[in-house]
Amino acid sequence: MEYLIVLLPLAGSIISGFFGKRLGVKTSQILTSGFVSTSAILSLFIFYEVFVNDYSSNKLIFNWISSGNFQVNWSIFIDPLTSVMLVVVSLISSIIHFYSIGYMSHDPHKPRFMAYLSLFTFAMLTLVTADNFLQLFFGWEGVGLCSYLLIGFWYKKPSANSAAMKAFIVNRVGDFGFALGIFLIFYLFGTVNYDEVFLKVPEFINKEISLLNNSPPFPFLGTAVKSIDLICLLLFIGAMGKSAQIFLHTWLPDAMEGPTPVSALIHAATMVTAGVFLVVRCSPIFEYSQLALNIVALVGMATAFFAATVALVQNDIKKIVAYSTCSQLGYMFFAAGVGAYHVAIFHLFTHAFFKALLFLGSGCVIHSFKEEQDIRSMGGIWKKIPYTYVLMVIGTLALTGFPFLSGYYSKDAIIEFAYLRGTNIGYLAATVGIFTAFLTGVYSWRLIFKTFHGKYNNKENTISSVNESPLIMLIPAGLLAIGAILAGIIFKETFIGQDHLNFWNNSILFLQSIQLKHPPMWLLILTPLIVILTIPLSYYLFVKNEKILKNFILKNKVLYNFLLNKWYFDELYNYIFVEPIKKIGLFFWKKGDINIIDHYGPNGLSRLIKIISDKAVNFQSGYLYHYAFVMLIGFSILLTYLILN
Amino acid sequence: MNFPILSSIIFIPLIGALFILVIKGEKKIVVKNSQYVAIFSSLANFFLSIFLWYSFDATTSEFQFVEEKNWIKGFVNFKLGIDGISMLFILLTTFIIPVCIFSGINSIKFKTKEFFIAILVIETLMLGVFCSLDLVVFYLFFEGGLIPMFLIIGIWGGPNRVYSAFKFFLFTLLGSVFMLIAIISIYWITGTTDVIKLLDLRIPQEFQYILWLAFFSSFAVKLPMWPFHTWLPDAHVEAPTAGSVILAAILLKMAGYGFMRFSLGLFPIASDYFTPLVFILSVIAIIYTSLVALMQDDMKKLIAYSSVAHMGFVTIGIFSLTKQGLEGSIIQMISHGLISAALFLCVGVVYDRFHSRMISSYSGLVNIMPKYAFVFMIFTLAALGLPGTSGFIGEFLILVGVFKINIFVAVMSSLGVILAAAYMLWLYKRVVFGKTSNSEVKEMTDLNKTELYIFSSLIFLIIFFGIYPEPLFNTIDSSVNNLINNYQVDLNFHLDQINN
Repeated sequence: MEYLIVLLPLAGSIISGFFGKRLGVKTSQILTSGFVSTSAILSLFIFYEVFVNDYSSNKLIFNWISSGNFQVNWSIFIDPLTSVMLVVVSLISSIIHFYSIGYMSHDPHKPRFMAYLSLFTFAMLTLVTADNFLQLFFGWEGVGLCSYLLIGFWYKKPSANSAAMKAFIVNRVGDFGFALGIFLIFYLFGTVNYDEVFLKVPEFINKEISLLNNSPPFPFLGTAVKSIDLICLLLFIGAMGKSAQIFLHTWLPDAMEGPTPVSALIHAATMVTAGVFLVVRCSPIFEYSQLALNIVALVGMATAFFAATVALVQNDIKKIVAYSTCSQLGYMFFAAGVGAYHVAIFHLFTHAFFKALLFLGSGCVIHSFKEEQDIRSMGGIWKKIPYTYVLMVIGTLALTGFPFLSGYYSKDAIIEFAYLRGTNIGYLAATVGIFTAFLTGVYSWRLIFKTFHGKYNNKENTISSVNESPLIMLIPAGLLAIGAILAGIIFKETFIGQDHLNFWNNSILFLQSIQLKHPPMWLLILTPLIVILTIPLSYYLFVKNEKILKNFILKNKVLYNFLLNKWYFDELYNYIFVEPIKKIGLFFWKKGDINIIDHYGPNGLSRLIKIISDKAVNFQSGYLYHYAFVMLIGFSILLTYLILN
Repeated sequence: MNFPILSSIIFIPLIGALFILVIKGEKKIVVKNSQYVAIFSSLANFFLSIFLWYSFDATTSEFQFVEEKNWIKGFVNFKLGIDGISMLFILLTTFIIPVCIFSGINSIKFKTKEFFIAILVIETLMLGVFCSLDLVVFYLFFEGGLIPMFLIIGIWGGPNRVYSAFKFFLFTLLGSVFMLIAIISIYWITGTTDVIKLLDLRIPQEFQYILWLAFFSSFAVKLPMWPFHTWLPDAHVEAPTAGSVILAAILLKMAGYGFMRFSLGLFPIASDYFTPLVFILSVIAIIYTSLVALMQDDMKKLIAYSSVAHMGFVTIGIFSLTKQGLEGSIIQMISHGLISAALFLCVGVVYDRFHSRMISSYSGLVNIMPKYAFVFMIFTLAALGLPGTSGFIGEFLILVGVFKINIFVAVMSSLGVILAAAYMLWLYKRVVFGKTSNSEVKEMTDLNKTELYIFSSLIFLIIFFGIYPEPLFNTIDSSVNNLINNYQVDLNFHLDQINN
C-alpha cells in the first residue's frame, strides 16, 4: 500500500507526460487525478492506522548508493509525522488536480501540466517518506525541479522564465547549506540514516569542529563551533531556502508567475512547508542545539513580521497571498524554534487548507476577471460571484485566526506556547506573533474589501462580463473550505492536546517537556480580539474612508516605497551578487584566459620560438667571413678550455 | 585465457577502418558501405565489451584477461589486462563511439570515408589506453590518440580549425614529452615498464617527486586542469560534433584514469606530498571556469568550460584518497562522459540545422522543437547534478569523501554546484524558452528518428545510473579498495622508514 501511495503519482505523471497527446486531454486529466486521489485515500487509511493502531513501518525498495560505509537505500518510512504529511500532500494535491481541469481549460498543454503536478506529488511524497537524509535531498531537489518547471510553465512569458530560474538558483543556495549539513552528518556519524544518526546525537553534543584538519577548533565569533550547532544551522539554511525565509525568500513572490493551481499546491500548501518538516523531522538533533533553535526562532519571527509588512501594500492579489504564506511559514519556524514542533506541524496542517483555499479563491477571481490580477482594478463584485466571495471570506477568516476556524487553533497555540516557554526568546516570539496577527488581519481584509467591495474599477471588462467560475473549480475549493473550517477543531486534541505525546510517539523529540498549564486569560483573549477588530478597521480604511490612507501614504512616501519595493531585497542582491559575479566571470574570461594564460602560454611560446628562429635565420647569413669569425671564436674558446684544464 | 578478448576489442575497430580504407567505387556507394562497416564494427565491439563485462569477475582486484606478447626483447612486452576501473572506461568508450558514428552519418558531408576511419582508429587507441599494462604501450596509445583527433579537428572543423588543432596538439604534446622522459627514467631505475611489477615495487622516494610532476604535466593538460585548460574551449568550438563528443566523453577521461592508475599507484609518497597542489588547482578550476562559463555567448564554449569545472571535481575526488572520493570520481567520469556527450550532441543538432553556435541566434526553440526541448532539459538537469541523475551521485560522493579530508575544499567546491545551476539554466532559458524571434529558426525541424534513438539511450543510462548505480559500484568496488590499500601500505612503509 505504501508503494502505491508513492508510485501512483509517478505512474500518472509518466503516462500523461509521454502519452498525453495520444491518450487525449480528458483521459490524461482523469488518469492523473484518479491516481493521485487513490493515493490520497490510501494516505488517509495509513493516517487512520497510525492514529488508532500506532502503525509504523519502514519498507525497503532497493539499495541506492553503497560506497564503503556510505550506504543509502530507497525506502518508504511511515511514522506519525510522515502520516500527517502524507495526508496533507496527497489530499491537497488531488483536490488541486481536479481544480486544474477547470482552471487550465483554455491552455493548449494540459497533459504536460497534469504530468508536472503528478511528478511534483511524487517528489514530495518521496521527501516525506524518506528514512535517510539523501532520499530527503532527492525529494527536496525534485520538488524544486517541479516548482521550476511549473513556474516557467508559460514559457513564452520572459518574466515567468526568469522567475523559474530565480526560484531554482535561490533554492540551490539553500541546498548548498543543506548538502554541507549532510556531509557533516556523515563525517561525524558515519551514516545518513535517520534512526542511526538520531541515536548517536547525544554522544556528540560537545564535539567541536575544525575547518582544516589538524588545526585547532574553528573559531567563529571568538568561540569554537560545536558540530551539532553547525549541523543544525546548515540544515536550517536549506530549510530557509525551501520555505522562503527572510534573505532567501526573494523567489517566492516571483514564483506567482506560474499558474494559480501551482501556487496553491506548491507555493502554499506543500513544498514550501518542506523546510518546516525538515526542522521537525530533525528535532532529535535540534533539541541539542539551543543556539540553532534560537536562530530558527529569530529568523521565523523576522520573516513573519517582514512578509506581513510587505503584504500590506502589494497590489497583485497573488503576491499578497504569497507574502502571507511567507509570513505564516515564519510562524511555523518560530514555533519550532521555541520547541513546539507539534504546534508547528499543526499550523502547517491547517495552513495547507486555508492557504490553498485562498489561492484557489484568488484563481477563481482571476478567472472571473479574465486574467486580471491587480486588486486596484477590481471591486464591488461580491454579488456577482457570491460563491467565490464566500470561499475567500472563509479562507480569510481562517487565516487571520477568527475564533473557532482552523487558523485560530493553530496560530493562537503558537503564541501561547511561545509565551509559556518563559524565555526571552519566547516572550519576544509571542509579542511578534500577536503584532503580526494584527498585520495579517489588516492585509487580508484589505484584499477582500478591495477585491469584492467598493466601486467596480476594471476598465477592460464590463461588470456584466464578470462571471462565476465553473463547478469543477468551485467544488474543490469548497472541499478545502470545509477543511479550513473544521481541521482545527477536529484535530486540535490529537495534535497539540493533552495526549499529543501519545500521537507523535517517537517521531518528535521533546527534551524539555511542554508546559501544559494554562496561559493567562488576557493572552487567550487578546489575539482573537485584535483579529476581530481588524475587520471594521480595514473596512473603514479601505472602503469607507480611503482619504486617510492616501494622506498617510503621501506623508510617508519613503516608508511606503520601502514596503512596496519589498525592502529592496531584489535590488540589493542584484547589486552585491548578480552584477559582481557577471563582472568577475567576464574578467576571468577576457583577462585571465585570453590576456594572461593564452598570451603568455601557448601564444607566448610560439612567439618565443619565432623570435629564436628569426635570430637563428640571421645567423646563417651566407657570408664566408661571418662563418670564419664564428669558427675562430669557437676555436679560441675550446683552446682556452683545454689550456685551463 | 585462450581467446584474446582484449586484443580483439582493441583491434576490431582498426580492422573495420582497414576495410573502409579499401572500399572503392562510386562515391555514393563508398559512403553507404563505409557507414555500414563503421556501424557494424563499432556495434560489434560494443556487444563484445558487454560480454566482457558479463564475464568479468568483480570480486577480485587482480588484473584479468591478461595477455602478454614479446615485442621488443628485454624491454617492452605488449601486455594487456583490466581491472574494475578500466572495465567501466572500456564500456564508456565502446558505447560512445557508435553514438559518434551515428551523429557523423547525420552531419558529416564530405570526406565521409576518411572520417569514419579516423573515428575507428581513435577507438582502437583509446581502448588501448585503458587496457595496456605496460608503460611504453600505454604511452603509445595515449599519444597516438592525438593524431586522429588532430585530423578530426583540422579537417572537419570550423573556420578557425587550424589554430585550434595546433593549439590542441602543442599543449598536449608538450605535457606528454615529460611523461615520455619519465617513463624512460623509470625503466632505468627499476629495469621494467611492466605496470603489474611496478605496482609491487617501491620507486625510491627521491625520484618520486620529479616523476610525479612529469606524469602530472601530461595528465593535467589532458584533463585539463587550470591553468592548462585554454586549449579545450578552442578545440571544442572548432571540432565537429562527433569530435567534441569524443574529446569530452573519452579523451579527458584518459587523464583521470592515468592519475588513478599511475600517479597514485606508482608514486604514493609524491601523490601525498602534492595533494594540496591538486586541491588548490581543482578548486580554482571549479570556481573560475564556472564563472567563465556563465558569461559565454557560444554554446560549445560554455559546455567546454563546464567540463573543466566537472573534471575539477574528479581530481579532488581522486586525491582525497577516500573510498567515496575515488568511487565518486569514477562515477563522475562515466556520467560526465554521457552527459557532456549528450550536451555536445544537443548543440550539434541545432548547429546542423542552423549553422550557428551562438546562444543569441536561438530563442524559443520549445515552440518548434518540443522533443528537443525535452531531451535538452534532461541533460541540463543532469549537468547541474540533480539527484536522480548520474551526475548527482558522482559529485555528491566526491564531496562526501573530500569533506573528511579537507572541509575547506569541500565547501569551496560545493559553491561550484550553485554556479552550475546558474550557467546551465541560463543557457537553457536563452536557447529554449521565450518566443521564437528569428524567422529562419522557425523553419527548423524537430529531432529525427536517429537523433531520438541516440538521445533516448543516453537519457536511459543517465537516469538508470542515477537511481540504481549498483552495477557500477559492484564493478569498481574491489579494485578501488585495492588501490587505497596499496597506497596506504606504501605510505605507511615510507613513514616508518622516516621514523626509524
